[in-house]
Amino acid sequence: MEKITVTLNGKKVKAEKGMTILEIAEQQGIRLPTLCHSEVLEPTAACRMCVVEVEGARALVPACVNQAGDGMKIKTHSDKVVRARRVFLELLWSAHPNDCTVCEKSGACDLQEYSYEYGVDVSKYQDKYQYTVDGSNPYYVRDYNKCILCGKCIRACDEIQGNNVLDFANRGFDAMVSTPFKLPLEESNCVFCGNCVALCPTGALMEKERYGKGREWEFERTHTTCPYCGCGCTFDLCVKDNKIVKADSTDFKNNPVNKTALCVKGRFGLGFVHSEDRLDYPLMLKVPREERTYTLKDYKKVSWKKALDYVAERLSQIKSEHGPGALGGFSSARTTNEENYVFQKFVRAVLGTNNVDHCARLCHSSTVAGLAKAFGSGAMTNSIGELKDCDCILVTGSNTTATHPIISLEIKKAVRNNNCKLIVVEPRNIDLCAISTLALHQRPGTDVAWLNGMMNVIIAEGLQNQEFIDERCEGYEELKKTVAAYTPEKVEEITGIPADSLREAARIYATSEKSSLIYSMGITQHTSGTDNVLSTANLAMLCGQIGRPSTGVNPLRGQNNVQGACDLGALPNVYSGYQPVTNPDIQKKFEEAWGVPLDPNIGLTVTLMIEAASEGKLKGLYIMGENPMVTDPDLNHAEEALKKLDFLVVQDIFPTETAVLADVILPGVSFAEKTGTFTNTERRVQLVRQAIEPEGQRKQDYAIICEVAKRMGYKMRYSSQEAIMREIAALTPSYGGITYKRIAETGGLAWPCPDKKHPGTPYLHKDKFARGKGLFSAVDYRDPAEMTDDEYPVILTTGRILEHYHSGSMSRRSRPLDEHVPSGWVEISPKLAAELGVADGEMVNVASRRGAITTKARVTDKVINNIVFIPFHFAEAAANRLTNGALDPVARIPEYKVCAVKISKNGG
Amino acid sequence: MQERLEKVLGEYGRSPADLIPILQHVQDEFGYLPQETMDGIAAHAGVPKSKVYGVATFYTMFRFEPLGRNHVCVCRGTACHVRGADQILEHVQRHLGIEEGETTEDGEFSLETVACIGCCALAPVMTVNQEVHGRLKPKTATRTLKKYATADKEEGQ
Ligand code: SF4
Ligand code: SF4
Ligand code: SF4
Ligand code: FES
Ligand code: FES
Repeated sequence: MEKITVTLNGKKVKAEKGMTILEIAEQQGIRLPTLCHSEVLEPTAACRMCVVEVEGARALVPACVNQAGDGMKIKTHSDKVVRARRVFLELLWSAHPNDCTVCEKSGACDLQEYSYEYGVDVSKYQDKYQYTVDGSNPYYVRDYNKCILCGKCIRACDEIQGNNVLDFANRGFDAMVSTPFKLPLEESNCVFCGNCVALCPTGALMEKERYGKGREWEFERTHTTCPYCGCGCTFDLCVKDNKIVKADSTDFKNNPVNKTALCVKGRFGLGFVHSEDRLDYPLMLKVPREERTYTLKDYKKVSWKKALDYVAERLSQIKSEHGPGALGGFSSARTTNEENYVFQKFVRAVLGTNNVDHCARLCHSSTVAGLAKAFGSGAMTNSIGELKDCDCILVTGSNTTATHPIISLEIKKAVRNNNCKLIVVEPRNIDLCAISTLALHQRPGTDVAWLNGMMNVIIAEGLQNQEFIDERCEGYEELKKTVAAYTPEKVEEITGIPADSLREAARIYATSEKSSLIYSMGITQHTSGTDNVLSTANLAMLCGQIGRPSTGVNPLRGQNNVQGACDLGALPNVYSGYQPVTNPDIQKKFEEAWGVPLDPNIGLTVTLMIEAASEGKLKGLYIMGENPMVTDPDLNHAEEALKKLDFLVVQDIFPTETAVLADVILPGVSFAEKTGTFTNTERRVQLVRQAIEPEGQRKQDYAIICEVAKRMGYKMRYSSQEAIMREIAALTPSYGGITYKRIAETGGLAWPCPDKKHPGTPYLHKDKFARGKGLFSAVDYRDPAEMTDDEYPVILTTGRILEHYHSGSMSRRSRPLDEHVPSGWVEISPKLAAELGVADGEMVNVASRRGAITTKARVTDKVINNIVFIPFHFAEAAANRLTNGALDPVARIPEYKVCAVKISKNGG
Repeated sequence: MQERLEKVLGEYGRSPADLIPILQHVQDEFGYLPQETMDGIAAHAGVPKSKVYGVATFYTMFRFEPLGRNHVCVCRGTACHVRGADQILEHVQRHLGIEEGETTEDGEFSLETVACIGCCALAPVMTVNQEVHGRLKPKTATRTLKKYATADKEEGQ
């Protein structure tokens, strides 16, 4: 780097060529006032607050955009500069209301701070803005009387979010920030990420929930990780009087994944922590089984001692009467790594069985099975930050803007700044289609066919990476034979994707320098889920698009800690770090560490435990933080099975649909009340830090498990979650080098991180696959388990929406999210709606062979032809009353993404 | 409407630089910028809808409502300003019940302001359908407008 020397306020200082004057000043510890500048946005020099005096220059120059030249003489606080700044500030005050005393922003407002610093007389002007304050949306208030027209919100929406909702309108005194035609935000394409709110320097944009809850200087701030999705955004929780006032992402240097960005859930959806519905005391069933109403009325408050004694007694009793195999546990993708570790240890060492699993079964078990087979490791191969440098991104089975909002921002960035070609293969017309080079719409459940078709084209046209195949992979000949049958024309018949589009997609993916493949539940949740995953791996290996930065096969994991729950062994076949229970050496290692004999047999999965319960073979179940009564397929069946259990204990923060089926309900704590770690979808282990004290009698989740263990005769004691992490590191090679201290220092470590010196592994399979050679698996297309017929002529596919999460137990208890999207719907294409005679907004019945629900029709061209879509978050119209419980033969994942339904007008 | 729009758009390149000529042409075509044309214009020029709106509101020559049968322009140029253009404008606005840039509900009048019509000697000035009315006082301004309204009615009968 070339060095330059400049004179800054009379002092000679060294700097790098290309640095702006502002950067140099900051480096020297001189703070310049800025209003329109932000390190996370492109510079514009709109406000001129940062002007400095440069010797020889005719006018003052804005420091934020001007690079320093060698020998430049700069004065940052000369009289001339200070006077100019004061004038700019006074001009701003000419229209700005003088109400700092009651403004929520007070204490964090740049305008206020600089006005104080520069001694501005704020009372000179009378001609103030007269805008009406807009509080029409559920999330944030827009008070343009306080707007200083810095344009940060406009640029945030453009550069960070890529939505371009806002721009300047009008001119002169009337200039203001506006949506097109001043439409309310809810009628624009605003997604309420609030990234504009985070960057606004004044009180013009403010979170609604925070009004009246405290001033900036009163907050205690705790840096922690979002409890919603697998992106793993971090932010500061601002707390006053043990209540969360807001999530603040402005300290962007501490947020490696998301910088200043958050999505609507992370920024505005944390109200659930203080929901009235939170469980505060242990509850026990007080009515005889026959008289149960399956509501909280059936329960009485009891002491912890009584509840824990009873749980231990009943579990012990079942164990001694029916053997350990009659017991099982559902761990949770929402709780911390430490809690998952303790839970699986409890099931294995105390209950004595490998019947432990969690909801990953329902979303990504086929990923774990498929990618482990192909590569030797079942996780995202590359990191989120690499996406922006991709030349081609293939997204399939993922409505990324809704399910992984922050990852979608990286995809948008790649398209916009790196000329990246985006290929979307999705049955629905998802938002990403709008910025794609190619959008292909396959029939749901036909993924193996189009993936094989792409490989057919690549091989036929000689575009495969033969060197990579020869050196690093095995099984190629088989694959070649199998895909030979999948000509684009044949694939068109199966999938509906035009042959030429498929050809083009294949060429782009194969010939781009760095192609990344992203998928999610649209690939995994099928009876052919494992085959689908294997096919994505085949494609990546065929083109050598793996093992380098910005390439790879990247399954986006849904829940905040679903990666961690898998990593820490909440799976029936492996201990922490995917160490097989069937390997005698491993078994011995854990027997020695835990001091008890362990079961060498693979346990039951979530889906098989439900099955076993309905057959009466599974008698007792411990569920921590899961809500299978909304999320499991074929709910009617799951409900019967759970009701059949002799004993069910549910540990949760809410009385969920599942909790009210339990004999005992134990109140755990939310993410804000605990310390621990989550592992996000890119394998990055990050810290969760306790921001508030638990209220009522809520207990730390790991402590509850330890108490039950103790009462069942097994000593399990940890002084903190950190102590648990030490045990994890000692027993889990891939987490070997992970300590709280290191995470805090590095901002998160991606596993494998085998020792304390290891920097973590952003992308996998660099020179060699985890399993040695990459394995091609020749797979053939099979029809989905359920096809449409005359009676059920419509294909239903299910999924998530941006504003809600999972069973909705958190998001639906957060006021703004619930207010914005209070109930579910079914998306119907205009064509199908016309055939059915259904109008937008009308109530319709949707029925499958397993059940029926009534919900509102939304006629939209987001869905195509006879495919309909239902978001699964809404218990009162649960999509999973309809879905098919048919399982993938390998991973035992249910086919949520395809089932046959019929739709009729309600009452008709 | 979409067809007419397509035709206009077809004459221009797909570049942000063409935005202003496109807006002008669309306005010539429809007499104003209908809200329904915004999506098409944005897509064609490759800029966000918010930008189209921003640009269109920046320049006073664009309007989002059809002109009234009578088009009133009040001058706010320097000469008119010093001789009380603001008062004239205020009166006209109150009389018509609309702000500048708007059209009365019955479609009778639309109101705009301009900077200097070039008749400074007559200041303060307004034009109605290109006819200049000078040396206005608030009263004479409203009286003038009333004349146009009645003239219309008589014609209509
Ligand atoms: S909330 Fe997000 S999408 Fe909406 S205007 Fe702000 S930045 Fe844009
Ligand atoms: S609303 Fe805030 S961020 Fe947007 S221009 Fe105004 S002051 Fe700047
Ligand atoms: S829900 Fe996901 S994308 Fe949204 S803030 Fe939380 S981690 Fe980030
Ligand atoms: S901060 Fe430099 S011009 Fe606004
Ligand atoms: S200023 Fe009004 S006509 Fe010139």
